[in-house]
Amino acid sequence: MTMLEVPTIDAPAVPGMADGKQHRSPTSHLRRLEAEGIHILRETAAEFRKPVMLYSIGKDSSVLLHLAMKAFHPGKPPFPLLHVDTTWKFREMIAFRDRRARELGLDLIVHTNQDGLSQGITPFTHGSARYTDVMKTQALRQALDLHGFDAAIGGARRDEEKSRAKERVFSHRSTAHRWDPKNQRPELWSLYNTLLAPGESMRVFPLSNWTELDIWDYILVENIPIVPLYLAAKRPVVERDGALIMVDDERIPLHPGEAPRWHSVRFRTLGCYPLSGATASTAATLPEIVQEMMASRTSERQGRMIDRDSPASMERKKAEGYF
Amino acid sequence: MSYHEAPTIAAIDAPRLDQDDRPTLRFVTCGSVDDGKSTLVGRLLYDSKTLLDDQLDALASESKTSGTTGGDLDFALLVDGLQAEREQGITIDVAYRFFATRLRRFIVADTPGHAQYTRNMATGASNADLAIVLVDARKGVITQTRRHSHILSLLGIRHVVVAVNKMDLIGFDGDRFAAITAEYLTLAGQLGISQVQCIPVVAPGGDNIVAASTRMPWYTGPTVTAYLESVDVSGDVSQRPFRLPVQWVNRPHADFRGFSGRIASGTIATGETIAVQPSGLRTRVARILTPTGECDRATAGESITLTLADEIDVSRGDVLSAGPAPLVSDQLAAHLVWFDDEAMVAGRRYVLKCGTASTGAVITTLKHRIAIDTMAQESAATLDVNEIGYVHLKLDRPLVFETYRDDREMGSFILVDPISHRTAAAGMIDLSLRGATNIHWQRLAVDKSVRARLKQQRPCVLWFTGLSGAGKSTIADLVDRRLAELGRHAALLDGDNLRHGINRDLGFSSTERIENVRRVAEIAALFVDAGMIALVALISPFRSERETARQRVEAGEFIEIHVATPLAECERRDPKGLYRKARAGELPAFTGIDQPYEAPQAPEITIDTSELSSEAACERIIRYLREHHYL
Repeated sequence: MTMLEVPTIDAPAVPGMADGKQHRSPTSHLRRLEAEGIHILRETAAEFRKPVMLYSIGKDSSVLLHLAMKAFHPGKPPFPLLHVDTTWKFREMIAFRDRRARELGLDLIVHTNQDGLSQGITPFTHGSARYTDVMKTQALRQALDLHGFDAAIGGARRDEEKSRAKERVFSHRSTAHRWDPKNQRPELWSLYNTLLAPGESMRVFPLSNWTELDIWDYILVENIPIVPLYLAAKRPVVERDGALIMVDDERIPLHPGEAPRWHSVRFRTLGCYPLSGATASTAATLPEIVQEMMASRTSERQGRMIDRDSPASMERKKAEGYF
Repeated sequence: MSYHEAPTIAAIDAPRLDQDDRPTLRFVTCGSVDDGKSTLVGRLLYDSKTLLDDQLDALASESKTSGTTGGDLDFALLVDGLQAEREQGITIDVAYRFFATRLRRFIVADTPGHAQYTRNMATGASNADLAIVLVDARKGVITQTRRHSHILSLLGIRHVVVAVNKMDLIGFDGDRFAAITAEYLTLAGQLGISQVQCIPVVAPGGDNIVAASTRMPWYTGPTVTAYLESVDVSGDVSQRPFRLPVQWVNRPHADFRGFSGRIASGTIATGETIAVQPSGLRTRVARILTPTGECDRATAGESITLTLADEIDVSRGDVLSAGPAPLVSDQLAAHLVWFDDEAMVAGRRYVLKCGTASTGAVITTLKHRIAIDTMAQESAATLDVNEIGYVHLKLDRPLVFETYRDDREMGSFILVDPISHRTAAAGMIDLSLRGATNIHWQRLAVDKSVRARLKQQRPCVLWFTGLSGAGKSTIADLVDRRLAELGRHAALLDGDNLRHGINRDLGFSSTERIENVRRVAEIAALFVDAGMIALVALISPFRSERETARQRVEAGEFIEIHVATPLAECERRDPKGLYRKARAGELPAFTGIDQPYEAPQAPEITIDTSELSSEAACERIIRYLREHHYL
């Protein structure tokens, strides 16, 4: 019997990996990260009144969900999934999200900022900063308030970005969801101060100590289903400000004379399609992705338009409640 | 219209062949401001080729705009991630960085050198195997070096690399380096840091960081990277007795009852006998579920779920153990590193978290403070932020633990302020005071409910708090008389009167006021045990002590009555002439004048006697007692 019975519809068994012997060693790097992630998830379930897992459908979320399934096996994770849907996610992401929630029998909450929607806020009309604030940051705060969640589990990693490197595993948020980077609770050993006053909340990051390469290694070893957009395929793209933007539907305004060109591309990070730059690549399998990763000379956030606004852009967004 | 067909993941072939298992070394860097810590870490990232092209581009452009190196690459910018840090050119908070070399993976906690951020250094050190201490070659071993090394030794760091930086500024003087080395070795000897390697470096230039410096041919030891790659820091916890702090009881359906947690030490196999601590109940391990499936055996560091052969009571905070029993006590002695801006107060209640257990705790005694610079033990009444002390703690219930020396995970704890929720201190357990095994509670045959039934009332504490002259005693006295008229049994504990008897040894400092309140709370609780209604009239200015008093009795037995007469009105009345004396400077530490009064946030009853007569206030309280079925 295996501890985890995740259907792997799209992911056939990897030859030679079935017994997992190579990775059974508890001192192995990935097993240690896994044990730490599970420990953090169990602490969250035990210490908070009403936790939720933020499910962004990306590779990190896929790993997070996989850890949650393991942590509470043979039970189900004692918290729902929350997806903040901006209405601009890749269509494949939405299909994948709904399928995974159904397959695993989990409670999925989808929240969209209806005010932003009715104001017609889009990444094309209002710029990435304003759009992100309204449709992601404010939307997340709305959803957390609406359901009264006191802990939100996310897949952020410290290696992603400089201000993330300073974030705690259990990161306190004020009643207004604000992060105060200069007044963080010290975090020693594996002891987490989880006490909250009414209205305050915690963001929890079980993947804090993982790197991007760890994520891919683990997806490969554990056979974790991921959105196919991570694998190279011919996709219609246009070039905007030096980034390859995929034309995922008709809503993207094309410039006069501009037509999508078909390129073999893949995505290192997934978000809203107008803000996710693709990478030219022919890596169509997970092992090829890992190989490409190891040879890569750019960071994953390079493709993210929203981090570029200013050097302190991420810190400011986080202080306002962005994940 | 559809732009494309969605591809599927169908082509996962061979696994990556070079699945590597390079071990991870966690280290912390520490030193004073401007010693070059961030630069050293940035340099390690740079030289290990961890940095990617877009990060290097960003570094080059930021070095020009906000660098402090005149346009050259400013490696510190790689780690100073917060805006305030960039603006001030200092590191405020711990940053965790990841890099790998051919032989090892590394996680670096880069910690600030600012004195007021010492707590962050302790944080970084708590999970580290090794520390790099930066020393400015021009300054040598300074107070901050001693302070940091002392914290490292307290947190159990046994391996230290001393990076003597800025060698270029002393003309690469080998004699000066030897003198600094000798001085540090003396310090390390005093602190019990057993493994020390001193390395002369120039962080911005990369001398002796990855490559051996050509500018210091007299140095023949390892470079920083070479040492980090080869040092043996293993202290194998899998050889110690089995300990599993229970995090989560997994009970998805009636047929499965598992106990989840991460193994702190030792190994366990199916069929082995384990004991549940603190209850001491014994049973055998039935099944072991690990993240990779069901197994016969599991070892330290694994997050597992156990099922047991017998249905016995186990809950979060318990410890499953095998072999020699862990320590179990409600009294212990420990070192504390004080973190909170609010000073430590003996007698005050904190929440103690150790492993997965959480309990109320009181610091009974501060045995001594440790002067960080000289390591001398000093007598002290309190600990301020960033100070270190040795204390005795009394816990609400027995805790299962080990000494920090033996087991970092089961020997460490944090104290959390129950009101502000700030992490007030980090603690390292030195020894068990074994009080719990010697003093047993007397089992009482006639309990509170029996006594209460006899008296036809629900026992409770009516706690009147407020400024001097607010009317507490007057109203409490009226309530007492009214209860007597109604044939109920009450006792009035008046703060002033008690100070003539049981509290006559106490003055009015914060510490003494806390002890005063503690004693009154204990007496009130005894009256409640006797089935009586205890009326307490006491200024009790601090929220946390009133909270302690509330905790002393059961839920629903504590009724906080805020006699919220405004200060101006109290001062106008001044029935005992105390405000006049206080204003004249004859009464120091007078509540409301030069000592704060922390008003209750959610009292059961609030009374303002400038709006309500004492008699009306009394009737309101009686009405409350009736409506809530105390009478």
